[in-house]
Amino acid sequence: MARLIKDRAIVDDHWVLVREPVDGQALRELNGQDVILPLQSWLELREDLPLRKGRTGAWLKNIELPESLAPWLTQIPLIALDFPVFTDGRGYSSARELRQNLGYEGELRAIGDVLCDQLFYMSRCGFNAFALRADQNLDAAACRFEDFKDAYQASVVNPLPLFRRRLGRSS
Amino acid sequence: MYRYDEYDHQMLSDRIAQFRNQTARFLEGKLAPAEFLPLRLQNGLYVQRLAPMLRVAIPYGMLSSTQLRKLAYIADHFDKGYGHFTTRQNIQFNWPAIADVPDILAHLAEVEMHAIQTSGNCIRNTTTDQFAGAAANEIEDSRPWCEIIRQWSTFHPEFAFLPRKFKIAVCGTQDDQAATQVHDIGLFIVRNEEGELGFRVLAGGGLGRTPVIGKQIRAFLPWQHLLSYLDAILRVYNREGRRDNKYKARIKILVKETGIEQFQRKVEKEWLALKDGPLTLTEAEFQRCKAFFKDPTYLPLEPFSPELEHALNTDVLFAAWHNQNVDAHKMPGYSIVTLCLKATGIAPGDITSEQMRFVADLADRYSFGELRVTHEQNLVLADVARKDLHALWTALKSQDLHAPNLGLLTDIVCCPGGDFCSLANAKSIPIAESIQRRFDDPEQLRKIGRLSVNISGCMNACGHHHVGNIGILGVDKKGEEYYQISLGGSAENLTALGDIVGPSFAQEDIPDVMEKLIRVFEEHREHEERFVDTYRRIGITPFKEALYGKAD
Repeated sequence: MARLIKDRAIVDDHWVLVREPVDGQALRELNGQDVILPLQSWLELREDLPLRKGRTGAWLKNIELPESLAPWLTQIPLIALDFPVFTDGRGYSSARELRQNLGYEGELRAIGDVLCDQLFYMSRCGFNAFALRADQNLDAAACRFEDFKDAYQASVVNPLPLFRRRLGRSS
Repeated sequence: MYRYDEYDHQMLSDRIAQFRNQTARFLEGKLAPAEFLPLRLQNGLYVQRLAPMLRVAIPYGMLSSTQLRKLAYIADHFDKGYGHFTTRQNIQFNWPAIADVPDILAHLAEVEMHAIQTSGNCIRNTTTDQFAGAAANEIEDSRPWCEIIRQWSTFHPEFAFLPRKFKIAVCGTQDDQAATQVHDIGLFIVRNEEGELGFRVLAGGGLGRTPVIGKQIRAFLPWQHLLSYLDAILRVYNREGRRDNKYKARIKILVKETGIEQFQRKVEKEWLALKDGPLTLTEAEFQRCKAFFKDPTYLPLEPFSPELEHALNTDVLFAAWHNQNVDAHKMPGYSIVTLCLKATGIAPGDITSEQMRFVADLADRYSFGELRVTHEQNLVLADVARKDLHALWTALKSQDLHAPNLGLLTDIVCCPGGDFCSLANAKSIPIAESIQRRFDDPEQLRKIGRLSVNISGCMNACGHHHVGNIGILGVDKKGEEYYQISLGGSAENLTALGDIVGPSFAQEDIPDVMEKLIRVFEEHREHEERFVDTYRRIGITPFKEALYGKAD
């Protein structure tokens, strides 16, 4: 079973990532498993999902907007954002939008070209699970969350920017 | 000046440890070059034609004498004894070894300096007017706002992998000296009818391949909302900016393709979600940052200095320098002095370690220990007592730092070009020198008057050639280095992009071309008109005819 980093711990990955679109028949064949469907399939099959055995999440391409899931965010246990290349930063904005604007509280997972050197920024944007690229060393990667002890900006991890805390401390 | 507290220091030392780890992994072959690339760029490290280049940030151009001495130390110990000031108020070292860079960064951290986000597809050093806080015509000191933006942009987790680089400039003076209109975001500090402070916001300006003047997206943004509004602009750009073509990835293309009104709507929508949240700036934070930039302890001086008058009346060379390089200060008895780093035969913006230490001593002695770097690649002592000007000038002469050509034809803005840069199509430094050698008569230069010449070695436009009164762009013509001339550009209040005059010229023709252009100007000039004003009045045709002959 694949391993990933979730909530800063290295754990087994119980989810099956379905990369290609599926129809109802294909989904039935995955019954009993926790699956992450392409956004389009998730939206198409949305009404059948409560009936299937196993949990169902959705993954978004870099060009897909999280707003399309807005009405159902309380029901989705897992949303994954895909990084086709690590230098494509759209997922960072989508993550913050999901957490800060849309109030999503489930698992937010980074998939694709996910590298240890980006974990710190990703976690501050609201990702809490990281399916790193296969060649990455998970033990070394798990240390990267500690790269910085603090940061200037407001973030999902700490909603108060430093300027609000800094003053609170000195007064 | 802004001073670090324990938070700033901690973040900087964490960053160095992080980069030390990344550099070690790269050198051991455990981190692929393509994966190290954006990491090193966001620590200022390029791999250039001859050696790596390290670009050190000088936030909004402010530099203390202690910091300048540290830069001299780095130039001596890790480089070849000199540095190069850039057109974005930074400094570059052209010869460090990759393995040394973490140590160099540790040295910089000792004096509260860094190389963070001086390159890469992220938010770069925020720039401003080099006279901020001292200028006679200031609306509001821009530096506290620049520092607030510096902290907001430093290690911003959402905007480290933008479609392309992102540059912000802030202008707080009546006469824009920061080229604010040709930045990705330009912020003009303004007051509304109620006298409240805020910003006029421009977006989508930029030079490079497709030069564009920024468009206003907000006439008045109350200062409390500065950071949430910047977040909103950046989020729209990060999500929607083009990533399919590097040359169309800047925000200016997005604004152009989206249309300014539609872009504005998207920003406002994003902003509404963030507005009045924790990003809202507080009076306390503004005052905290402002306190770092309070006036130095000026002496109560008479506006009139008999020592200065005497020197001006008896020393012609000093008077010429004073006339050109000294600007009005807000305090009586004080002046702003610019050291023009454009002596003939020296690459524009270059300074030796010996000169750095010398200038640092002068800053301590004459200008409260502080300096500024200008985007025209010069240095400023912003708070010099007028009675000391002659002594200062005498000292500058001993280090060849007294070039009296500020703002004149030989005060050339110039990128490192083909001598150093791997992007360049053509050399730029030798072109600057050939022009300086041709126009070597100070009297003639003064007569020609204010004229900006900007040279870029390629389309990326680091020499800002689009906004030079005379712009020179290096192009590749079947493997030969050629130069395209544009006229009428300006980065001032009336910002304009230059018009290309015609087919390009060979390197050796450039001094003659410049002479012909000047001759046309002199023939048509009315009164004391500046070159750019004559150009605006008479248009390109007379210049074209002088260079290429009359069209039939």
